[in-house]
Amino acid sequence: MRFATFTAAMIWATSSLAETPVLTVYAPDYFASEWGPGPSIEAAFEESCNCDLQFKTGDVLGRIILEGERTDADVIIGLNTDVTKKARDTGLFADHGQDNSKLTLPLDWTDPVFLPFNYGHTAFIYNSERLDNAPQSFEDLLNADDDLTIVIQDPRSSISGLALVLWVKHIYGKHAQQTWERLAPKILTVTKGWSESYGLFTDGEADMVLSYTTSPAYHIVAENDLSKKAALFPEGHYFMVELAAKLASTDNPALADAFMAFILTETFQNLIPTGNWSLPAALPVSDWPKEFQSLPLPEKVLFFDETEAAALRESAIEEWRIALSK
Amino acid sequence: MAYRALQIIASVAVILFVSMPLIAVWGKVESTTHWGPAEWQALRFTLIQASLSALLSVMLAIPVARALARSQFWGRQWLILMLGAPFILPTLVAILGLIAVFGQRGLLNGALTSLGFESISIYGLQGVLLAHVFFNLPLATRMILLGWVSLPAERIRLAQSLNLTPWQRFCVIEWPMLRAVLPSTAAVIFIICLSSFAVALTLGGGPKSTTIELAIYQAIRFEFDFALAASLGLVQLLLSGGAAYALLLLGRQSDLGGGLDRSIVDNFRSFRERGLDSVVIVLASAILLFPLALIAWKGIAGINSLPYFVWEAAGRSLVIALSATLLCLLLAAPLCTRGGEMIGTLGIAISPLVLGTGLFLILRPYINPFDVALLVTIFVNAVMSLPFVLRILRPQVETIHADYKRLSSSLGFTSIDFLRWVLLPRLKRPLAFAAGLSAALSMGDLGVIALFGDAENATLPLKLYQLMGSYRMEHASAAALLLLLLSLGLFAMFNLLGRDHNA
Repeated sequence: MRFATFTAAMIWATSSLAETPVLTVYAPDYFASEWGPGPSIEAAFEESCNCDLQFKTGDVLGRIILEGERTDADVIIGLNTDVTKKARDTGLFADHGQDNSKLTLPLDWTDPVFLPFNYGHTAFIYNSERLDNAPQSFEDLLNADDDLTIVIQDPRSSISGLALVLWVKHIYGKHAQQTWERLAPKILTVTKGWSESYGLFTDGEADMVLSYTTSPAYHIVAENDLSKKAALFPEGHYFMVELAAKLASTDNPALADAFMAFILTETFQNLIPTGNWSLPAALPVSDWPKEFQSLPLPEKVLFFDETEAAALRESAIEEWRIALSK
Repeated sequence: MAYRALQIIASVAVILFVSMPLIAVWGKVESTTHWGPAEWQALRFTLIQASLSALLSVMLAIPVARALARSQFWGRQWLILMLGAPFILPTLVAILGLIAVFGQRGLLNGALTSLGFESISIYGLQGVLLAHVFFNLPLATRMILLGWVSLPAERIRLAQSLNLTPWQRFCVIEWPMLRAVLPSTAAVIFIICLSSFAVALTLGGGPKSTTIELAIYQAIRFEFDFALAASLGLVQLLLSGGAAYALLLLGRQSDLGGGLDRSIVDNFRSFRERGLDSVVIVLASAILLFPLALIAWKGIAGINSLPYFVWEAAGRSLVIALSATLLCLLLAAPLCTRGGEMIGTLGIAISPLVLGTGLFLILRPYINPFDVALLVTIFVNAVMSLPFVLRILRPQVETIHADYKRLSSSLGFTSIDFLRWVLLPRLKRPLAFAAGLSAALSMGDLGVIALFGDAENATLPLKLYQLMGSYRMEHASAAALLLLLLSLGLFAMFNLLGRDHNA
């Protein structure tokens, strides 16, 4: 059985190689699943490229590090700034060759290797029908009654959880640990990933959940539910951006370049808002879907670049762990 | 002799399958981080929660098993089958059910607050323990129940005719049996809880409740520190291995097996004892079955509109579950010995994440691991079910050998004859039970497929996770119900097969 599958795989691999060129893109699970933007991006790109775009899902960077230069990947998509330093240090990635000035991010982006394709901000989401007086600022949240329950994600296993730790660090600096101690009584539980937290929130287990400023858009567009809102804080919100990069070892550089260019096209960017429930990285606001145009967004955006974040990360997580272990 | 060769092949296969990935992960990358306070905290919590979970599950299982052993009522066999459900439930699904009952807005707190009591919180150590008892009480009950029904009826009748008080009866008849059964039951549950991952994460309440398995996850997926992951994996393997060794030394003769459900003829229970037994059975059923009922209730609305991919994934999961079961039984056949069980128990001692990453590293130079993702999943599931299957089969096989081997030899039976006419017919029920357990466990396993997962080979648990990850909570509930039905269905189907044609 094993041999049969092996042989079948070999035959299949060689035959498809002979026909159309294959572009292999490593992507996270949520991106390439039927409910993510992956399938429509694949269809749109294949219309013009005369190629076969194949998403391989899973732990994107982990696999690249394990595979090294022998990787099959031509492009990877779905990295976060938390891992770009590690990714850059591997030396496996080539310049993306795109014009960064096409980007419409709320901050300047000059990275020649990692190309943003969508962004968002951390935010606490609440149900306005259940919570009348949602906190108006981070300070408000800290001072809120301990009856207020929130669920967050573990910074050691979740990118949004890590973003929260950096968010707190950005606002409170060396008082971060005390901040966590004040927040601790309100934290109902900490989950491994975003999904579990959000599930607890929609089940009504907690008043607020750590998520993204764009989360309400899903409920508005897909469910016609206007009750889910992001609590916007004047202290600012942490910026989260998702990135793509080209492998230096790609055996299909022309195709990989074509895909990198495709990322910044209107076609790709239009698929982002309602596909990845996130803000397009290269599309003027006036071209966003109207539900996204009217979405309240933070005025102040906080961000640590990869070097700053790498320097802070370990101690910030340790502060979090100590404060929440008390 | 051929049997001996098979034994060696199966043992070597399992040992290599467990140890090679660990070594592969270890050798991969220079370590950048080392054991710090967070890792020690995780180790401490892992040990505390696993010990307490084992202790509580066993203590609570004693009265339940006793009540079930002594009572006779309509639907008893079905109730025993259903009570087994939490053990085979996918963790993610079970947690949803537990939260629906015991969560902030759950049934229990709803009832408490409307009666004017303080509400209770499921989040924290208590939640982790509740979940582990929920999962493992059925297993403990089943193992202890087997001890009870193996008590010779004659001895009980003798005790009745001697007019022993219940306490005297307990000391003379029941305690010696419990002393043989309890330690190995507790050790099995301790091992299972050592590698607990999702439970501690969601219900633990925070970093206080981090387990080693989470630390491994972090090391692999976030730090890319494979050496740290391997050292954590090794600690977990040593702890489980130690417990498994103790289990085999302690467990003199604890049958977990087929002759399950014969209740003891006990017409002399006092009215009070009968009442107490009924209360215990009703309470245990409520705790174990309420969460299941709520999963069904929440999922039923969305099940009709589940997209095609989910059904496709369900079909794929069924194929995986059945193939893994077949492979597991084939591996188990030559390993039904004391030494074989010790080797087989490695299957739950190894961290699934280390196993998956290691297999990836081993396969990668020869073949694209994606192309064999389903095969890898089948192998992993088979090895992970092996410890339970061996625990069920081994005592039965040994008893049959002890009872019939000499007679068969004197009749000139060959090994094949013995297998065909003596062993297999007598092994039918435990085999069916073991197969059902293995199939159900494989059905609900997220495990390695999350590392190798691809659109073409996504399983139902992975789809459930994807649905939750893309805001589709209603469909996620429906997929959870589907998973519950399929796992339970497989378990029940195999059990029924084992019961057919019984003379």
